[in-house]
Formats: sequence, C-alpha cells, structure tokens
Amino acid sequence: MSEPVIKCQSVYKIFGANAERMLKEANGNVDAKTFQENGCIVGVNNASFEVSKGEMLVVMGLSGSGKSTLLRCISRLTDATGGKIFIEGQDLLNLNNKELIDLRRNKMGMVFQSFALLPHKTVLENIAFPLQIKGIKTEDSINKAMDMVKLVGLDGRENYFPRELSGGQQQRVGIARSLAVEPDIWFLDEPFSALDPLIRKEMQDEFLRLQEKLQKTIMFITHDFDEALKLADRIAIMKDGIIEQLDTPANIVLNPATEYVKKFTEEVPREKVLLIKDVMDEITSDDMGDIKVSKDEIIENVAEKILTQEKTVAVTDGKNNIVGSINPAKIINTVFGGRKNNH
Amino acid sequence: MELLKKYPKLFQWLFLLAVFFALCFAIDVPETYKFIRGQAEFVKDPNQSAFVFLGKEVRYYAFDVFWRLPPLLGWLPIWINDSLFFLMNDWMPMEFWNEDTQEYKTRPLVLQITRNLTAFMTFLIELIREILLGGLETIVAFTSWDWIDANPWAELPGLPWTIVAAGSAILAYKLGGKGLALYALLSMTYISIFGQWKPSMQTLSFILVAAPLSFIFGLGLGVAAYKSKRVEKALYPILLVMQTMPQYAVLVPALVLFGVGDHAAVIITMIVAVPPMILLTLLGLRAVPPEVIEAGRMSGCSNWQLMSKVLIPTARRDILIGVNQVIMVCFSMAVISAFIGAKGLGFNLLLALNQLNIGLALEAGLCISLIAILLDKMSLAWANKQVDYFGNLNFFQRNKNSLFFGVIVIVGILLAYFGSIYFKDGYNYLFEVPHNKGISTADFWNKGVDWIFDTFFVYIKAFNTWLIVDVLQPMRALYLRMPAVATLVLVVGAGYLIGGVRSALVVCGLTLFIALSPWWDRALVTTYMATFGVLVSCTIGFTVGTLCFQNKHSTNFMLNICDIFQTFPSFVYLIPVMMLFGITDTSVLIAVIVYATIPATRYTIEGLRSVPAGLHDAATMSGVTKFQRLFKIEFPLAFPHMMLGLNQTIVFALFMVIIGAFIGTEDLGQYILKALSDKKGAGIGLTLGICVAFIGLIFDNLIRTWVGQRKKHLGID
Repeated sequence: MSEPVIKCQSVYKIFGANAERMLKEANGNVDAKTFQENGCIVGVNNASFEVSKGEMLVVMGLSGSGKSTLLRCISRLTDATGGKIFIEGQDLLNLNNKELIDLRRNKMGMVFQSFALLPHKTVLENIAFPLQIKGIKTEDSINKAMDMVKLVGLDGRENYFPRELSGGQQQRVGIARSLAVEPDIWFLDEPFSALDPLIRKEMQDEFLRLQEKLQKTIMFITHDFDEALKLADRIAIMKDGIIEQLDTPANIVLNPATEYVKKFTEEVPREKVLLIKDVMDEITSDDMGDIKVSKDEIIENVAEKILTQEKTVAVTDGKNNIVGSINPAKIINTVFGGRKNNH
Repeated sequence: MELLKKYPKLFQWLFLLAVFFALCFAIDVPETYKFIRGQAEFVKDPNQSAFVFLGKEVRYYAFDVFWRLPPLLGWLPIWINDSLFFLMNDWMPMEFWNEDTQEYKTRPLVLQITRNLTAFMTFLIELIREILLGGLETIVAFTSWDWIDANPWAELPGLPWTIVAAGSAILAYKLGGKGLALYALLSMTYISIFGQWKPSMQTLSFILVAAPLSFIFGLGLGVAAYKSKRVEKALYPILLVMQTMPQYAVLVPALVLFGVGDHAAVIITMIVAVPPMILLTLLGLRAVPPEVIEAGRMSGCSNWQLMSKVLIPTARRDILIGVNQVIMVCFSMAVISAFIGAKGLGFNLLLALNQLNIGLALEAGLCISLIAILLDKMSLAWANKQVDYFGNLNFFQRNKNSLFFGVIVIVGILLAYFGSIYFKDGYNYLFEVPHNKGISTADFWNKGVDWIFDTFFVYIKAFNTWLIVDVLQPMRALYLRMPAVATLVLVVGAGYLIGGVRSALVVCGLTLFIALSPWWDRALVTTYMATFGVLVSCTIGFTVGTLCFQNKHSTNFMLNICDIFQTFPSFVYLIPVMMLFGITDTSVLIAVIVYATIPATRYTIEGLRSVPAGLHDAATMSGVTKFQRLFKIEFPLAFPHMMLGLNQTIVFALFMVIIGAFIGTEDLGQYILKALSDKKGAGIGLTLGICVAFIGLIFDNLIRTWVGQRKKHLGID
C-alpha cells in the first residue's frame, strides 16, 4: 500500500498558558479533568489515524468535541501541542513558514462553515484569490476561476458580491475557491451546517458528484451523523477530544464501539445505510432461488425482493459471480434486530 | 427601610448629592475671591503667595484649601516650555553639513531634525501648489536661486482652472460615475467664478499632502497596534488624550518645534488626524471574522499578503470611516492652522470673521465645505470601486478617460492662450480668475444680515439679554460657587458609584490635575458652557432622533443631514451665529448646540435601529402601544448606544466651546488663543489642552463604564 496522504501520530492540542509542560508531565496519559483544574483545556487528545489517497474521512462530533481543532492542527492553522503529523511524508510541524505557505498554495484547499468569503471581492475575484496569491497572471487566474464558476454551477453570477448571494450559493463560491489551485487535500469544516435542510441535501449530492470526478483526499468535519453516513468512506467519532471510534459507516452502525457511539447509531434507519455486502453471509450450500441481488445495493432497495422469497438469495458482484448469500431472516434481523434490546 | 433596600443605588446617589450641597453651603466664598485670578507669574502683587519647585517660581493668590486648591502644578507649563527650548536650542549640538554655505555647522540635533522635516513638508506642499498655481520654488529646491536668476524661463506655469476643473470631473466620473462628476465640475467652476481659486488651491495642496500622510501613518500604526499588544498599550493613553484634546492646543508647541507656515500646519494636522485613524483601523481589524483570516492563510497568504489583501480590505468599512475622519480633521485644521501662518481659504475665513464681513466668510466657508465633500465622496468611491474583467475593450475604450483628459489639457491650454489675447486688461479669466475679481455675493449676504439685524434687532436683542441675564449668568455663577473640595467629592463619588474604586481613582487623578493647575476657574467656565450646550443638544438630538425614527424615510433623511453637517469644518458654524448674535456668549453656545446636536441625533437613531426586529414583533404581539414599545423596549435597549452618543456630544461641545474663544469667551479656550501669540506659550498651550482633554476624559470614563455595565445587564455585548 502506498504512503498515506495524511498521517497523525498521537496528536494533542491543549489550550492554556503552560500546556506544553503539562503535556510532558502527563506522559501520554492526558486526563481532561486534571488539566482543566490547572487552567488548561484539552482540545484534541491523542489522535492517531491515517487517510489514504482519494479517501474521504468524515470526523463527526458534537460542538466542543475538538473536531474543528483537530482539522486546524492538520492544516496547521494552529500548532499541535504534541505528536506528529505527516502530509505526504513531510513532517508538517517541522516546516518553516515558507514551506508551509508553499504547501498551502499547492496542496491544500479548505472550505469554512461561515463561508469566509472576502466581502470586497466579487464571486470571480474570490475564486481567483488563491491563484493571485500564488502570483499567477490576472488573466490566467480569471480564466481558471471562470472554469471553477462553471464547475459549481454559478455561471452568470460571477460578478455578484457575496452579500448578494444565498447561503448555498456562497458556499458554492467557497468550494470553488478551495478547489481553484487544484489541491490534493481538501479540508471541509462543517461546510453545509449553516444551510437549510433542503439546500444541504442538494449540496451534499453536488459534493458527491464533484468528489466522484475529482477524487481528492478529504477530511470532512460535521456534527450531523446522517451526513457523515451519507458521505464518508470512513467515519471518526469524537468526544471530548478523543476519537471514540474510527471505522467504515457500516461497521459503526453494526458494531458501535462505545455507549456514546451507540446513541448515534440507534436512531439510524439501517436499511437506508447498509449495503447487502455489509450483512451478507458466506456462500452456502442451501438451495438458492433464481433471484440474485448485487452486493452493492442498499438494503432498502432490494429488501422487498428478498423478503418475498422464502429462501436464501444469492449475492453477486459486478461481474455476476456469486460471492455470498443472504436470507430473509438476516434482513429482518438487521433492520429490526438491534432495536429490540433497547426497549 | 424597605425603600432603601429596594433602591440602594438611588439612596447612595442621594447621599452623595446631600454631601455635595452640604459642602457647598458649609464653605463660604472668601472675601478676597475674584473670578479672574490672572496668570500667576505675570502679575506681581504683594498679596500673592509663591513657592519654588524645580527652580521655577510659581506665584498665586492663596485661598482656603477647601475653596480652591493651590496651583501646585503651576510650574508644569513653565517647565515644559523651558524643556522644549532646551531641546531645540541646546541639547546634543552636532556638526551638520550645510548645503547653502558649503560648510559644517554646529546645530542642536532636534533643531536639525525638525528643520529637515520642515524642508521635506514644504517641498511636498510647494510641488502640488505649483502644479496647480505655478511658481518656481520647486525648481529652486532642485537647483539654486542663482540658477533661477540666470534662467528666467524656468518657472512652473501652473494649470489653467479649466483643466483642473475638467480633470477633477473626469477623475470623479471614473471613480464614482456621472453624479459625482457633475458635482466636481460644478463646485470647481463655482470656486473659480467666485474668485476663490487661488486660496482654494492653496488649501487643496495643503490637504493633498496632509491627508495621505495622516492616512499612511494612521494605518501603519493601527496595523502595528493590531499585531503587537505592546505597541497598543503604549499608544492607547496617547490616543485617549488626543481624542479629546482641542486642536488649538497642539498649535503652540508645534509652532516652537516647526516654526510658522504650511509645513507646521501639515505636521499638526497629522498629530490630530492620526489618532482617530489608528483607533478605527484597530477596530476594523479586530472585527474581521477569524474564519476569513483562516481562509486567507489556507490560500497560502504570506503575512504581508494576509494584511494587505485580506485583513485591510475586509476591515474596509471602518478604515473608510477613518479616512473620512482624516479628511474632516484636515479641513478643520486648514482653518485653524491659519493662526500659525498657513495660507489658503482658512486664512481668508479668519480674516473675514475678524472684520465681521459675514458675506466673505460665508463664501470662503462654502468653498471649504465644497472641497471637503468632494474629497470625502471621491475617497469613498475610490475604495468601493470595482474592476470589470470581461469588458472586451479596445484601446480607445480602455483609455478613454486618459485620452479625454489629454484632450482637455490641450483645449484648456488653447483656451488660456486665446484668453490671454482676448482679455487685454491684464486678467486672463480663462487661466485664473483672480481673487476679488470674480463674482461675489458677499455684499448681498452682508446686506441680508444687516436687514435681518435691523428688522429683528429688538427680538434678537431681547432674546439675547434674557438668555444671558436669566440663564447663562446664574448658571455660570453657580458653577463658580462650587468649592473645589465639593466638586472633587461629587466627581469622585460619582466615579465610585458607577465604576468602583478603579473608576474613582482615575476620575480623581484627572480632576486633581485640573484643580492643581492655575486654571481651575477657567475650567469651570468651560464646563459650564459645555454643560449648557450638551443639555440643549441632547434634548434636541434625542427628541429629533426619536421622532425621525418613527418613519423610514425621515430616518434616512436625517442621517443624510447629519452626514452633510458633519462635513462642514467647525469654523463654518461660527459664521451664521455671528450674523445673528454678534460677539456674545450666545453665539458660541448656539454654535456649540448646532454642532453637538449632530452626534446626539445620529446615535439616537442608530441606537433605536440596533434594537432587534424580533423584539419589535414580540412586543407588538404582546399588545403594546406605540408609547409602551418606545419606553419599555426601544429606549432601554438603545440606551447604551445613546449614551455613547452623549459621550460624542460632550466631546463635540467641548471642542466647539474652545473654538468659541475666537468669538470671545472667558474660559480655557481664551488662554489657549492667548498662548498662540505668546513666545513662551508652548507650555501653557499644551497644559491647557491637557486640561480640556481631561474634562472630556472624566465624562468619557464615567459614561463608558456605565454603558459597559448596562450592556452586561441587558445581555448585549
């Protein structure tokens, strides 16, 4: 396997006057309470993970869980108090200012919750901004920015000012700006949280479409568990600065690691989240009927088909080879099973 | 007892007032007390007491300590003065190369520095002035007088007024469109036709140097203060004092350091205009949302790019208000600095006021206001300008403004040339309409004033007498009747009740400084005038503001009026009141009231506006009447804002009271004006200025602390 694009090793971020000394004395055993008594606030507590190329890692947590702080450590908008962060093998914390600026100009893009557009620049100028900062000629940067305007579907509004746009449109500008330098790594800090539910759904779909096309390495921050399930390749759930669980959406739904994670997964409509491959069994010698389902289908879409059968159904892969089996009982168990225990 | 528990604050205040009045009645007026105590060191009188401090003898009339404190700080102005002279004339003599005499000369360091600064400023002003009006000083600066004598052709010709007027219209068009262009053209033409061209261009050249320099320094220091806490802490007290310091007061020390003339005026203008610019820059930069800064960083901005492309443009709104302030200060200084020999409209205005030629003063004042508004609007338009990337323009379209200006230059020169042939009598009206050869409406105004005065003399006189005899003089007597100790107790007590020990100490320090200076009585007179002005201004301002707020159109209308009135340099306000009331306290007070009503009205409207719309709806749904809504919801919530307006009103009023010295008052301002013509006036002027600033700061401290508490109480911050 190739080198991960983002690699974190026991990253800590502690706010406070003597944070560094306290971290050293704690010897890798940071307890938020004792730190707080000494006037320090623990933002990120021992975060270790990797994100590989083209993968989308969604960091989910409620407000104050440290998810935004973690993102700011990795983009080095704040300096981590302890640990190591590698971006494509480069030790991020050892970069000098010039190297850091270079990295940001060429490799990183970021989208913000409150859009963070420059109020005095038009849509076009906002998008061209990172390019002009790099020193690209005005004409080229404007042309490139125009392509970006088309990419996010804002044609015809390029000369508007941010204040003249709706929230959704402003965030499209934010997205276009972060993509203008064609970064490899894309940070999104609750990009859709400030939007109305309908617009949010539209933007999520749009975002998935873009990602399919661009295949960036993504860290996406959200406080919305449904959003995380919908978008993520893997999800990291944070609480009080600690990553409680980091796994694929299916595994998190099926096997929540802690009570805290379980609270989120309980309410999730599993049939809409899980795929057949997440719940299928081995190939059995049982009698399987003529009906076959693809392993990449969402349960909801094929449930009726399977449940109306009285027997086990074969599961196929893209090339129509049988790779597993699933029986109606399993479906019923998956969809309704876990919940019974809770009542 | 029940009541006492319910309103503890109220009883504390009542107690304070009781102590104050008890002190007032307990301490009698000494028999020897006369209002004018005189400048201690000038009058030698055997009845005087004296003390020596730091080698300076201070003479004064001694009273009971409870009645008036002895002027223990009386040595301060003398000492400041002597130190200044020592710095200028004796400190650190060094060898400097002298261009003119081609030899080394010994000169004190400070003198050398100020002289070089002076030469630089003079050069800048002369350069612009000679582009506009013609002359040869700039050429001399690069060559020498001998060379000029040998080459009589070497003289900048100056631009014909037609070119300047059309040029400014083109610039205005490029920046702000047709409306602004029309305004520029009309006002420039007006200035020319009315024969105010030369002084106007002199004023303009002064401002075109002073305003950009103030802007650059203010922005630079503001950025420095934003970046470093230490710089901010060092600057803050200076900024605070400078904000309430009357501009007059800086004149005298600057006079000593930089001499007489336009260059000194530029430096003083910078001293006065830079502090508000710093404050507003700082305010604006602080208000930039953190995510915008992060967005800038993630776009790969270097520190410099972050500041110049993200922070400053995003803080543009506040910075623009700063620019507006700078321009306003420049124009008011353009008048005030006429006292120290700056040429231009200000000089004409002062001269006309002195001769009571209201018509001429009006014309000069109008020109100042026209240019002030023009520059203000142009700088605003410049900052809001947009770039169009997609106009597929050809060469002509892209450069049409420059081309057009080129054509104008040629046409203007040709016109001026024909003019020189056509107007045989020596005045080329197409080149420059000479002063007092233009149209003048002065006679009309003067006759109008005379007519008004003749017709309404009885009424005006009656009103004037009534105001002075029945209102002003008793009020003044009341203020002077306060024993120093009683005043101190009142002020310090108020400080304690509002802001605790800290506030009490600050206020006590400020008051003591004034009480221990030789000018306590004068300060009381200044305070009485300011108080009267503020009371009337606030009554008018709060009422008008509240009434206008009832309707959207009238709100906008009123705000626009405030904008326009604020653009007038303060001296202009003296013109109409002198028309009607002549040289009396009434004139000063009316000018104060007109001037200080602007912030009172504006802040009232803006305060009422800041009440969230949701609350309006909530109140309406609870079934309140219009009056209930006003008194239960809008006033309490707008209150902090309105109090800041009161603060501004006080600053404006104090400022105008001091300017009023020009008409003739018996307060601190009069002494500042006197210090201007005094060789040893630098120390006195500065100390007096500090006294005035401290009066402002006492109120500022009390009001701000109170507002802070109210805000916390209301949960708005």
